Amino acid sequence: MSDTSRQEGVGVPVDDEESAPGEEEAPAADSQRAEWAEQLVRDHADHGQAEPHGEEAGQPGEVYQSREQQVLDRIERARQRKPKLKEDKITLAHGAGGKATSALIEALFLPAFDNPELSQLEDQALLDVGDGQRVAFTTDSFVVKPLFFPGGSIGDLAVNGTVNDLAVSGAIPRWLSASFIIEEGFAVEDLRRIIADMRAAAEAVGVEIVTGDTKVVGKASGDGCYINTAGVGVVGHDRRLGARQATPGDAVLVSGPIGQHGMTVMLARGEVELDADFESDTAPLHDLVATLLEAAPGVRCMRDATRGGVATVLNEVAQTSQTAVVLDEAAIPVREDVHGACEMLGIEPMYVACEGRMVVVVDGDQADAALAAMQSHELGQGAARVGTVGDDPPGLVLLQTTFGGTRIVDELVGDPLPRIC
Amino acid sequence: MKFVDEYRDRDIAQRLGKQIAELAGDDQYKFMEVCGGHTATIYRHGVEDYLPDNIDLIHGPGCPVCVIPMGRVDDAITLAEQDDVIMTSFGDMMRVPGGKGSFFDSKANGADIRMVYSPLDSLKIARNNPDKRVIFMAIGFETTAPSTAATLMRASQEGLDNFSVFCNHVTIIPALKAILDSPDLRLDGFLGPGHVSTVIGCRPYEFVARDYGKPIVTSGFEPLDILQGIYQTLVQLREGRAEVENQYSRVVPWDGNPKALEVMSHTMELRPYFEWRGLGFISHSAMQVREGFAAHDAERIFDVPGVRVADPDACQCGEVLKGVLKPWECKVFGTACTPETPIGTCMVSSEGACAAYYNFGRFDRDRVQEAVS
Repeated sequence: MSDTSRQEGVGVPVDDEESAPGEEEAPAADSQRAEWAEQLVRDHADHGQAEPHGEEAGQPGEVYQSREQQVLDRIERARQRKPKLKEDKITLAHGAGGKATSALIEALFLPAFDNPELSQLEDQALLDVGDGQRVAFTTDSFVVKPLFFPGGSIGDLAVNGTVNDLAVSGAIPRWLSASFIIEEGFAVEDLRRIIADMRAAAEAVGVEIVTGDTKVVGKASGDGCYINTAGVGVVGHDRRLGARQATPGDAVLVSGPIGQHGMTVMLARGEVELDADFESDTAPLHDLVATLLEAAPGVRCMRDATRGGVATVLNEVAQTSQTAVVLDEAAIPVREDVHGACEMLGIEPMYVACEGRMVVVVDGDQADAALAAMQSHELGQGAARVGTVGDDPPGLVLLQTTFGGTRIVDELVGDPLPRIC
Repeated sequence: MKFVDEYRDRDIAQRLGKQIAELAGDDQYKFMEVCGGHTATIYRHGVEDYLPDNIDLIHGPGCPVCVIPMGRVDDAITLAEQDDVIMTSFGDMMRVPGGKGSFFDSKANGADIRMVYSPLDSLKIARNNPDKRVIFMAIGFETTAPSTAATLMRASQEGLDNFSVFCNHVTIIPALKAILDSPDLRLDGFLGPGHVSTVIGCRPYEFVARDYGKPIVTSGFEPLDILQGIYQTLVQLREGRAEVENQYSRVVPWDGNPKALEVMSHTMELRPYFEWRGLGFISHSAMQVREGFAAHDAERIFDVPGVRVADPDACQCGEVLKGVLKPWECKVFGTACTPETPIGTCMVSSEGACAAYYNFGRFDRDRVQEAVS
């Protein structure tokens, strides 16, 4: 490139040797060390995990391939280990439902509260109350921003979210609690709207909000209004449902188009200039569950695909049951406009939250019956069979892409971050 | 989805894959896809499943966050942790580790750091918070630089004195040249960056063909674009040609976008040198805010410490960025350096070669194929 091109300004290459500053002109500032990174490397070296494996890079043939295999094997082993909590401060990633959340639960909550019900790590605990009776018990906190969005509000979520956590165990949701943490200065009118939404949602399901609590925190100590709800449901069956029950040969279904709630909320924050006419999918799933269980007694497990989306739920299933979940991307229902918004932001719909969709693992022989039952229900019209459960490689979710390629669908560390370009 | 599905067609992919295999014959080829967006596409869609084993894709340096050196992150965090400052940046930047942590860590320590989708969003924050000093951490190649430039001009017009840019924009050509000059490199051709080329056009790549004798095909970001780009590169090699070709002509004009180049050169100028993660100092490889916009240049307004943090000895991001090592060949890949605890930036962004390999591809190909068949 000539000097003229350089004068034309930025974005234009300069390659004339004499103008290069060279090593000695580059600033000889004192270099610091990234102590945390050095420590991480030492930790792994201590465990014999960081022996160099790149030394003979470029070797052709089998030696080279087997080296790659060694690395892959080591990663597979590492993946089987429980995630470790390495941070000394909580970051937003710890609340995103992915690997960082798992690490927090494994490191702090499980050891402290250790009991057989908790260690199931399902969306709810099933408790034996004597005489062969079981109840389902769950709790969930709602911190959505904005509080009101197309298709619903924090009030709808607070009821439907807890109802769904109960419903996916096959329980009939009965009683809820509601705790409000309200920021000083919050408009009473907004609170009134939220409560009206909660009442309507509860009535639609047939649950009662039977106890509650109110706390007010100082200005700037909260974000408007947070709600916690807990719920109790009655288990009318004696089936064992849960991620552990997934078995090779099972089918994987979703109850409708995914990713709508998460994208709605993301757009409702007004951070992206994008018009869309889809809205949150928030809905109670108890009735759909009842319809499904009646038609397909071979249901192994159900999960509502909230935080972290379908991908996170299926990773939990694969890891807990030590099976391989194999998905067909082309079969995964996503509304075209939701898909378009996801493409624009570089986010995969599989990781986007839903608030009224569930993932179902069912005995392969009953997949058609289960699908037909769901499709017959108003909330399951868009249900689809999206994959199968296999035995190898255990603990992984694999995807046959729409394009016809194959890849892994890994659990995210934190929230999916929009790409910049 | 319209305008997307047609670039993800399996039958065409199959045909292209076959043609590529026939053209390649028994010879070994190494092609570098320059842009991080290409890398993400290749892994996300499983493009390599259509390629014969003797075609190797090397992931290039075109991931904007992957090339940010640790020292710049530390500088940004120092800026962010001042009183009354709101730091803003793109989502990918949040997890990039510096010598003392990332934006996410700094946020947890109390700094006001916000994710934005466009620099204009930062401008909005500045307008709404007149008592705060709002800084936009600008990163990216020529793709994102024009929007930073436009934002600088807008801030200047509005006299928004509480808005400034911490400029880390880099330019792709010097990095390409550094890679071509690297003695341990054996590349047969390039897939040129699509987004960058929408701004700079295809002409600046002529030196790759002329001076280094390598074909370069500017390629789009759908999986068929990648296969088509590889096909065109192979055809050139087979015919003994080395030229600049534009596969992505539906988006990329040959001469780029003069308007975007104009706003860039109006607001920014080349720095004498800039440090790239893993590649070291490269001359004239980055941009700084021009004197005329000094009122909105964070480096002039604030006392930027200018920290240098040496890459950890074990980290081989540089070799990965140059395509000398495959991600898995790095000493710490998958052990000390994982998406949970990324030591190198290649492990942070979904466009980083290591993160893409780890998240999407890190498994025995045969076993995956068997499972899905």
